[in-house]
Order: sequence, then structure tokens, then C-alpha cells
Amino acid sequence: MNWTIILQAGIASGTVLLFATIGEVFAERSGILNLGLEGMMLIGAMSAFSVAVNYDNPWLGLLVAMITAGLLSLVHGYVCIHLQADQVVSGLSLTFLGTGLSLVFGEGLSKAGAVSLLPQLTIPLLSSIPFLGQVLFTNQSIMVYVGYLLAPAAWYYINRTRPGMHLRAVGEYPAAADTMGVNVYRTRYLYTFVGGVLAGLSGATISLAISPGWFSHMTTSGQGWIAVGLTIFAQWDPLRAAAGSYAFGALRRLILDLQAPTTLLFWNNPFYYNPYWGFFLKMIPYAFTIVVLVIGSREALRKRLGAPAALGLPYVRGERGV
Amino acid sequence: MTNAERSHSSLPFKIQIEPRLDIPRWLPAAVSVGAVILGLIFGAFALRLAGEAHPFRAYASIAKVLFGSWGGVSDVLVQATPLILVGLACSVAFSMKLWNIGAEGQFFIGAFAASAIVLTPVLPAEAPGWIFIPVMMVAGLIGGALWGFLPGYLKAKFNVNEIITTLMMNYIAIEWNNFFIFGVWSEGGFQMSPRFPKTAWLPRLADYAREVPEFGGLTLHLGLIFGPIAAVIVWFILYRSKWGYEIRLAGDNPKAARYAGVNIARNTVLVMMLSGALAGLAGMAQIGGVVRRLQGAISPGYGFTGIIIAWLSKLNPLVVIVVSVFFGALLLAGREMGRSDISMLIQGIILFALIASEFLLRNRVRIVRV
Repeated sequence: MNWTIILQAGIASGTVLLFATIGEVFAERSGILNLGLEGMMLIGAMSAFSVAVNYDNPWLGLLVAMITAGLLSLVHGYVCIHLQADQVVSGLSLTFLGTGLSLVFGEGLSKAGAVSLLPQLTIPLLSSIPFLGQVLFTNQSIMVYVGYLLAPAAWYYINRTRPGMHLRAVGEYPAAADTMGVNVYRTRYLYTFVGGVLAGLSGATISLAISPGWFSHMTTSGQGWIAVGLTIFAQWDPLRAAAGSYAFGALRRLILDLQAPTTLLFWNNPFYYNPYWGFFLKMIPYAFTIVVLVIGSREALRKRLGAPAALGLPYVRGERGV
Repeated sequence: MTNAERSHSSLPFKIQIEPRLDIPRWLPAAVSVGAVILGLIFGAFALRLAGEAHPFRAYASIAKVLFGSWGGVSDVLVQATPLILVGLACSVAFSMKLWNIGAEGQFFIGAFAASAIVLTPVLPAEAPGWIFIPVMMVAGLIGGALWGFLPGYLKAKFNVNEIITTLMMNYIAIEWNNFFIFGVWSEGGFQMSPRFPKTAWLPRLADYAREVPEFGGLTLHLGLIFGPIAAVIVWFILYRSKWGYEIRLAGDNPKAARYAGVNIARNTVLVMMLSGALAGLAGMAQIGGVVRRLQGAISPGYGFTGIIIAWLSKLNPLVVIVVSVFFGALLLAGREMGRSDISMLIQGIILFALIASEFLLRNRVRIVRV
């Protein structure tokens, strides 16, 4: 097994989770829990691939993916913000809706031939750093580099800028934010939309860069839900979200590679000789999500950290809230 | 929305929204029916896009196929059988505001546990049906309950979000079953277990065709009665027992429940186990009554449809039965037309329309002249 290649591919596959998780961090920081990530990612992956197939332009695909997933998130936004519906159920129905829409419109896409994908880049100077240059800056998709920039930028935006402070205020104590002149509804719509756009970006990253193609609902295979879990593990912090995403990406990649060699740590590799043992390997990312959640929740209990105080609660002016 | 009015001043009328003080009895049902109709209309659009020239005529003809003959009705009820049980599973959990969206996984593990009785084999193939079937039922119940236990325990002990744990356990359950289907119990390299012996089959109406010729070809099996019996039991637990009162109180107002001495942690675990057990029984019924072997494709997402059924029934166990028949027909129609993607889309729209319309239940919307 070549660790450089595993980590290199792990970073790439973690980028998918990174976009979705940071998008969810934005939405949840404003108080809107969006469980529809899986549906929005699927819509993004489908529309990106569909546009790339029909117009032979991956960049246009990327743009359309961000718009469609963003629009879908606004449905959730309207139902939760103006209609004050239950955010959990609305998010679940968004998953159904997004999955259904992408399966209907994606019919036949799985048979599409070769498509021009988003380009891969090698960064001239940085790639010559030993090991790290090979892992981080060599032959990575351009989306991976976008991910490197997005995580610190999101952290800076949320924690160090004025609109970021408004965002946090709306998620923690909307009544106070309202009194201070922050438009709670508009803020929540904005960041729900941002969450949707990033989920669309995440979907497009799958179908146009990391594992190109359209494989109906298997395109995302639960990564949207893993991202929801990572958001909690990350304690709503973009940098922790990035770390978690890359770790998960590496894990997913490692699992694929464990089945290839004939020997594993000097023993016969059971996953090679009994291929169906591989199903236990496939469980690992899902089981690990649960473990990560337990760790995150215990830590939150211990340090009295927690979700944004108004997460999941509709805001109605004049009513007593949190 | 106290004293809140939203008005659009440039129009010759304005829309006035005020909270309702009491909800008319007919309104929730009307809203549910409206949501279903809206879902079907959007589904028709999708069918039209998919190249069906007359989508509503297609609806009518498929309805005629499904409800126009005893064979069709029987097939619909076979689809409704697991749906009633998973709908109940979701209703129980949602009553305590526990978002068990792992009914799908609990269904798979219930199916696995029932299969293990036959294939391990725990009981010899010659064992009579009256032993086989109850033992398989118990196995399905226990399997599902165990799969519900872990998320419940983690929620109670560490406050771990049950939505994600139950969902992750769906994926784990499917891989777990795959291990047995592809490996341990694989029949000649095919991705399915050997067929169960006849004694492990839930009896079908068609089995009695010799005595009653009208039953010939009817696929309806014994599993259908599990649902209504379970519905009555669940209704009794929720609305007529002290435990059910605790569950509903903890769901409506956890703080009040805690002050009233309700053990929330214990109830969380127990409710998740009951919910899982019901979904597991659904898996057993599907394996014993329809598939009669363990294989991969035993559920077109029953566990997820159960969420919508529970919500559309307003968590009322008896209404779940009726709603499940409708969704059974919807799933079957999707399969018959080869468009299960569209039936999924319709489900999504129904659920969305339903929760959006709850605004209409809470508030009165009036259009008044300025």
C-alpha cells in the first residue's frame, strides 16, 4: 500500500464532505437545521453531470449545481422560516424531494459517455515539498484547492467579521439580534441558501471531479448524512469540520485499498481471500460516524459546548423565545 | 404570531394572518387529503416530463388495475403489510419526539434474524409451521429491538443525535445482510440465500385455492393481520396506558415530564426498542410472506415511507392502517409503471405539502379588502 496515494486520494474524497459540512455549519449557525444535505447533494451531482454531458462544459455544470441545490434549500428555508414548520421533518422531506427529483431527471444519465471534467492542477513550488507536496498539491482537482481556501475563509468570516457576528447572533439569540437591527429572517434565508449552494458544490465535486459519473442514489451513498454528523462533531467550527472531513476521506480511501494486497501486516489478507468480508470494511465509515458523534457529544457535555442556542427553533417576533 | 399581521400594501387587498384559537375537527383531515392531491399533481408533471402524454389518464388506468380486481387489491395489501408496521414504528418513536429514521435498518435486521432461525438453522427444516412462524416472529421483533436499542442508549446516555445514529445503522444493517447474502448463506454464488422450507412460509390465500377456488393466485399472506393487531396494541399503549401517557408527555414537554417524575432516559431506550421491534416484525413478515429467502432487494425504502405514513396519520396508530394502504398502492403503481423514482418524488412532495400546511392549522389566513 502506498500511503502517499491513499492520503492524496483521501484529501480529494474528503473535499466532498468538507463543502457539505461547512455549508451545514453556516446554516446551523443561523439557527436552521437542514437535514436535506443528502437530497441537495444528489440534486447538485445530477444537475452538474447533466449540464456537463449536454453542454460539454463542467464549469457551467458546477454553476447550475450550486443554483439548483441553493433553490432547493430555499424551499426548506421558506417552510422553516416563514411557515415555522418542524425543521427535522422539513429536512427529511427535502431529502425525499431532492432524491426523487434527481432520480427522475437523472434517468439515462448513468449511460452517458465520456465527459470533460473539472481540471486537475499541480501547484509549482508547493508540490516540491517532500511528502506533503505530493499529498496536498500534486495532481489534485481544482475543487480540492477551493476546499483549502474555503475552510479558513469560513472560519474567519464567522468569527472575525461583522456579518459573521450577526450570523452567530441570529443563531444564538434571535430576539436580541432583532432588537439590534439585524433582519433575522433575511439572515436565515441567506445562510440556508449558502448551505444549499455549498451542498450543490459538494455534489458537483463528486460527479465532475472525485468519482465522476451518475450512479443514481449511490452517487452520494449517505455522505450527506455523514456531513450532518460531522457538523456536530466539528462543534460548528469550520476548521474542525475540515479536519474531520479529511480524516473521513482518508478512511474511506483506506477501506478501498485494504482489499487489494494479498498480505496485510505479514499475514494473509482476509479481505483479499474472502472478498465478502469486505462488507465489514464498508460498514466502517458509518460506524465511525457514530463513534465520532459519541465523542463529540461527550465533549460537548463536558465542556458545556453546544449547538447554537436557537438551532431548530422558529423565530416569531414578539413571542418569547430562547 | 401574536398581533402579527403581514400585509402587502400595494395590492387592493391584504392578507391577514392570525393564530387560530381552536382547530375545526375536519381541518387536519382536509389538509392531509390536500397534501396527497398536491403530491399527485406534481407527480403528474414529472410523468409528463418523463414522456407520459396523459398522466392523469395513466393514474386512472393504474388505479383501475390496482383496485379493479381481487388480485390487484391483494397485491396492494401485500405492499401495505410491512408499511403498517413501519408506520407504527415511526409513530411510536415520533410520539416521544424521537426521530427514528432507522426503520429501514431495523426492517433489514428483523428480516435477517428471522432468516437466521431458518438458515443457521436454529430450528430443523421439518419443524411444523406453528412452531416456525412464532419463533421467526420473535426473532424479528428481537432483532429490530436490538437495532433500536443502540441509538436509544446513546441518546439517553450521551445525548447523541438519534437521527444520524439511526440513519448510519441503516447502512450498517444493509452491509451486514450483504455479508450473509453474498457470503455465508449464498446459494451457489448467487446473491441470495436458499429458499426457506415450506413450513417457514407465512400461509397465503393462494395456498387454500383447492378449498376455495376464488383464492387462486391471491398473494395476500398471514402477515397482513400483524399490522392491525399491532396498531390496536400501540393505540392502547399510547392513549390508554400510563406508559403511553409518559411517552406523549415527554414528547410534548420534556421539562414538565421530568418534573412529573418521568424517567426520560429509560423511556428513550424502551421507545426506541419498541419502535425497532415493530420495524423488525415488518422485515420478518416480508421475508416469510413474500420473498421466502434472504436477499438484497427486500425493501423499496419501506422504512422511509413509514416516516411519511406516520406524519400523514398524525401519529394515530389506527389511521396508519388506512394511510398505509394508499402508500402500498403508490409504491405498487410506481413499480408497475417502472417509475419508482416518481413515486419517491410524490412521497417527498406529500410530506413537504403536509408540514407546510400545518401553518394553516395553526393560523387563519384571511384576505380582506383594504
